Amino acid sequence: MKQFEALLRKDNQPVRYLVVDDSVFARKSLAKMIEAFGGSVAGEAGDGLTAITEYGRTKPDIVLMDITMPQMEGIEAVERIVREHPEARIVMVSSVGYQDNILAALQKGARHFVQKPVKPDTLYEIIRYVLSDEGVTASV
Amino acid sequence: MKLELIQPFISAVDAVLADTMQCPITIHDLSMEDDAYRKKGVAALIAFKGAIEGRVILDMELSPIAKVASYLAGEDITLDDQITRETVSELANMVIGNAVTILNDRGSSFKVYPPELISEDQIKCNSVDTEATVLSFQTEHGNVYMNISLHYNRRRQRERSVVAVS
Repeated sequence: MKQFEALLRKDNQPVRYLVVDDSVFARKSLAKMIEAFGGSVAGEAGDGLTAITEYGRTKPDIVLMDITMPQMEGIEAVERIVREHPEARIVMVSSVGYQDNILAALQKGARHFVQKPVKPDTLYEIIRYVLSDEGVTASV
Repeated sequence: MKLELIQPFISAVDAVLADTMQCPITIHDLSMEDDAYRKKGVAALIAFKGAIEGRVILDMELSPIAKVASYLAGEDITLDDQITRETVSELANMVIGNAVTILNDRGSSFKVYPPELISEDQIKCNSVDTEATVLSFQTEHGNVYMNISLHYNRRRQRERSVVAVS
């Protein structure tokens, strides 16, 4: 996979991600991209309920969240995470990208939306944008 | 079956396969079937309920599955049972998700269920009044099939018309 200029936090540490998707394959694929962006996977979850617990445990810089999942869907998980952690930065990553769904996710507190199949360049730009007010910089 | 129900799936297969297989896709064959569908490779079924009802089956030969799996993993990988199942489910999610986006933005409200892998060799058409459209997509890595059996829910449509008039 193409390597990107590393996205780093203000303290020069790699950006930490929580990856939430019921497909192990999708999680692996996103983890590869995160590695190419110079980040690290702080935690993984296969459903919305586990995502809430994992968010509290890992306190990631950003969450990549699927929508359609068993037990608890992504949009409800976003609402509950943002209610408890208003600073949470969550990007929805889903194959279902119709307007109602995107609007619902944004209204619940998600910061952006990426439609599957995910293109690494697109995801990189979105993460850079979403984290920009956190002082994320591309290292040289 | 109405063409407006099939077109979003053709566009979605074209876009998603071209991305994940990195090669051009052509429609090799289109046929109508009202008998049971005999799968050609590894197949996943996705059910629809609501204003649009029925099901769509994505059926793939092993060679295109291997190509997509390597793309998704970001490296060359060898297929095993689990990777094969995961790949077909994930690809079905992407294709159906993209098609559903188009249908939903046109104003149809319906629920899509997670993909179920099909273990039997034959699948019966589940709608009495709807025959299935079978599309065969040709790629340089092998064939991908899509069996679409969908219809508008007449009761929901009538309810909508009544609301619209009153």
